[in-house]
Amino acid sequence: MAERFDFPGGITPPTRKARSTRAPLRTAPLPRRVILPLDQHAGAPAEPCVELGQRVRTGERIARASGLISAALHASITGRVAAIEEHALPAGDGRRGPCIVIEGEGEDDWLTLPSLDWRQAPQATLLERLDAAGVVGLGGAAFPTQVKARIRELHAIDTLVVNAAECEPYISADDLTLRHFAADVLEGARLMARLAGAERILVGIEDDKPEALQALQAAREASLAEAMPVEIRPIATRYPSGGERQLIKRLLGREVPSGGLPADVGTHCHNPGTLRAALAAVRDGVPLVERVVTLTGEALARPGNVVARLGTPIGELLHFAGLDPRALHRLVMGGPMMGEALGELASPVVKATNCLIAATRQELPDPPPEQPCIRCGACEEVCPASLLPQQLYWFARGREHDKAERFHLFDCIECGACSYVCPSHIPLEQYYRAAKQAIRAQRREAARADHARHRFEFRQARLAREQAEKEARRAARKRAAAPAARRPAGGDTQGTAPAADLRGLRIAHSAATAAERKAEKALARAAESGEADPASLDDLETQLATARENRQAAEARLQAARDAEEKPA
Amino acid sequence: MSLMHADQTAPRRPASTAGVMRWLLLATLPGIAALTWHFGWGVLTNLGFAAVAGIGLEAAMLRLRGRPVSATLADNSALVTAVLLGVALPPGSAWWLILIGMVAAIVVAKHLYGGLGHNLFNPAMVGYALLLVSFPGPMSLWPGPDGLLGPEARPLGETLRQFAGLTSLETLDALSGATPLDAFKHKPEALMAGEFWAGTPLPEGALTAWRQVALAWLAGGALLLYKRVIGWQIPVAMLGTLSLVATLLYAGNPSHQGSPLFHLLGGAAIFGAFFIATDPVSAATSRRGKLLYGAGIGALVMAIRAAGAYPDAVAFAVLLMNFAAPFIDYYSEPRVFGHPAATRGIRADAGEEER
Ligand code: SF4
Ligand code: SF4
Repeated sequence: MAERFDFPGGITPPTRKARSTRAPLRTAPLPRRVILPLDQHAGAPAEPCVELGQRVRTGERIARASGLISAALHASITGRVAAIEEHALPAGDGRRGPCIVIEGEGEDDWLTLPSLDWRQAPQATLLERLDAAGVVGLGGAAFPTQVKARIRELHAIDTLVVNAAECEPYISADDLTLRHFAADVLEGARLMARLAGAERILVGIEDDKPEALQALQAAREASLAEAMPVEIRPIATRYPSGGERQLIKRLLGREVPSGGLPADVGTHCHNPGTLRAALAAVRDGVPLVERVVTLTGEALARPGNVVARLGTPIGELLHFAGLDPRALHRLVMGGPMMGEALGELASPVVKATNCLIAATRQELPDPPPEQPCIRCGACEEVCPASLLPQQLYWFARGREHDKAERFHLFDCIECGACSYVCPSHIPLEQYYRAAKQAIRAQRREAARADHARHRFEFRQARLAREQAEKEARRAARKRAAAPAARRPAGGDTQGTAPAADLRGLRIAHSAATAAERKAEKALARAAESGEADPASLDDLETQLATARENRQAAEARLQAARDAEEKPA
Repeated sequence: MSLMHADQTAPRRPASTAGVMRWLLLATLPGIAALTWHFGWGVLTNLGFAAVAGIGLEAAMLRLRGRPVSATLADNSALVTAVLLGVALPPGSAWWLILIGMVAAIVVAKHLYGGLGHNLFNPAMVGYALLLVSFPGPMSLWPGPDGLLGPEARPLGETLRQFAGLTSLETLDALSGATPLDAFKHKPEALMAGEFWAGTPLPEGALTAWRQVALAWLAGGALLLYKRVIGWQIPVAMLGTLSLVATLLYAGNPSHQGSPLFHLLGGAAIFGAFFIATDPVSAATSRRGKLLYGAGIGALVMAIRAAGAYPDAVAFAVLLMNFAAPFIDYYSEPRVFGHPAATRGIRADAGEEER
């Protein structure tokens, strides 16, 4: 099928999906014990709200969101809080982090929220529900869905994109989700489309998933009576079609601007699993406590997809899938291109765990030693962002950060397509990631000094806002007390030329609104990049709060001026 | 983290640097065969000694710089440099000439710049240009196309004496003829091109021999293109520009200019286009940059051939464009996804990068 739009570059590695798509979706056995990291979403870690020894029911909130970008956490089994302690996280660098450990009773005693009708319920209620249910993007970035939905308040969204491309080799969690729950996914899409104010739903799916496509089409046929139009668009399989930017370009021909968000081009992008979880949270009142995980790799005797409770130790799941520990050479969470190699079988399944690959040595061998770059340009041909990876590599390696930025380091999506083809076996995207981290660390250092200033500015802004509101109230009182008074000629807070003043205030107000939008986007982006540390998020939040205060102050002043204008006599 | 690699999936392109170099070497075989067939044993003595010197020098430099010797030697890149310089020198060159060329190539142009991947200039061409400037005499002594086995062929023993530096320059001079480009360059002003060629200015069969050699290089180049060891951009841009300029010159003054075909096949243009200019390390890196880079070489070759002091000019043209490659890179970057326009120049437009 000819496609009208396309993104540059891309590769077609062997997909190796058949192994995990042959078996139907299974439910993993209920774990005896779960380990729930507080930090398993983009943004600030959740704050525990349970005590040691407390009994919790499945679905009960055990940690609440902290800050603007964060997500709540729920007990995934019924039992007692055994510990709140540091534990190995499922991360490539083997880092540890605070987790809530629950010792199960063996029975599932659910605590659900009241069911909501998404067609009727007010938007605020729906957003609150997504927040309360801890729903985050299940495609891998784990960005809080509620926050994504809120960003739209400042943007006009016309299309809700369902990202069912699932372009990375091995992973088939979305495929199986669609085969079994296509109707739920589409309904979830309608819910999110309503929240976003979108007019249509566009599903992008790679053509190597015929069963999922069929299920989607059937679900679409069955729901033709719905007002929201749904279009299902199969696309040729090519990595990384599932990158948000790449998919939007391919489906709509729109390019998300550098440093921008999909919302900037009128779209929201959600993955099928997320949509299903959002629907479950709203329609059934079920918080996010389980997800579909692909278990695959040649070291597994019974590969396939399972519905697993969050917090299940990875080793337990792999054991369920018939892990042969002697054959296991490498354990990967995520896909082989962008995933992370894990060292710890004891680390748990988290919200972002879409796939676990237990690979043998032959399957994913150790890369041969890195050789010098011969500038063959193979990497450039496949880069979906039209970068010059060979140049970036040069500058990243030589720590020439400003040159790396000049060659658009921050437009790299770390897809690894360049490394895939590099004849010198250079792990290019690892160099880029390291360079980005180094640059971010430098910026953070610089920002630390700014943070004190930002806090000061926030206090000033709050005082100014309170002052503006007080004055507005006073003016209103004065007008109410002396309705017949002559239009003041001077000495009033409005100054001498109210008309010109009103215009100035209007401009000030739109400037303040724009600043608020910018601050909000900066925060969303930082959180979405998944690399910002809590301190810098905190700083961005302070800046956003300042912008809000400023906007409110401007609003109050503008309102006061308008009132004065309207009833001067 | 990219745990998969294209070399597991058997693509056409060789997936390792050593593989790339192996294919490069393989692709020089038709050209080497044709050269040897027409110009005799001297081609092989050149190559043999250049290879020995190349590997020896590379090993010595690696040891001096404290780099792994055998692992790096295995990338074959020193061998490639040796072969490229070996075929470019007049067949049967004396050992010291070859050695000086290889020292300039491997020690100076490659390792003093930091080794493979860091060299600004094409090592083989640095060696060649240095020799051309320092030893114009021996460098212009191309033997006639006497063949490898024919009645006129120079016996191996004589070639070895020549290689050992035991043959006097006068004898050599008597034995060698000019290359076609050289001969044409020194065509007397008064002579029309037609008259010049009618006067058999070259040893018998020279023009044919040069054409066949060029076509053999073309065959090797085609192999490299097919295996995607090189991109099409540089050879196409270089040969296209060269033909275009040659055609313009020829159309303007057919009686005193060589025909485009003469310029394409009469010298080192084809060899240079596929084997020298495409050296990825010293060329421009982006696809668009490669087009500019190749075109620049083609234009410079013609400019030097038409107006300069040297009959052929591939080496100088390549070196000049090597020098320009970093600038080309700064000005030919593609438009990056999500940016309204391509960035040009060295300075970053500060602040647009992340927020
Ligand atoms: S693919 Fe590897 S060797 Fe080739 S230019 Fe890119 S980084 Fe260099
Ligand atoms: S990792 Fe970055 S540089 Fe490499 S192909 Fe992907 S986007 Fe391009």
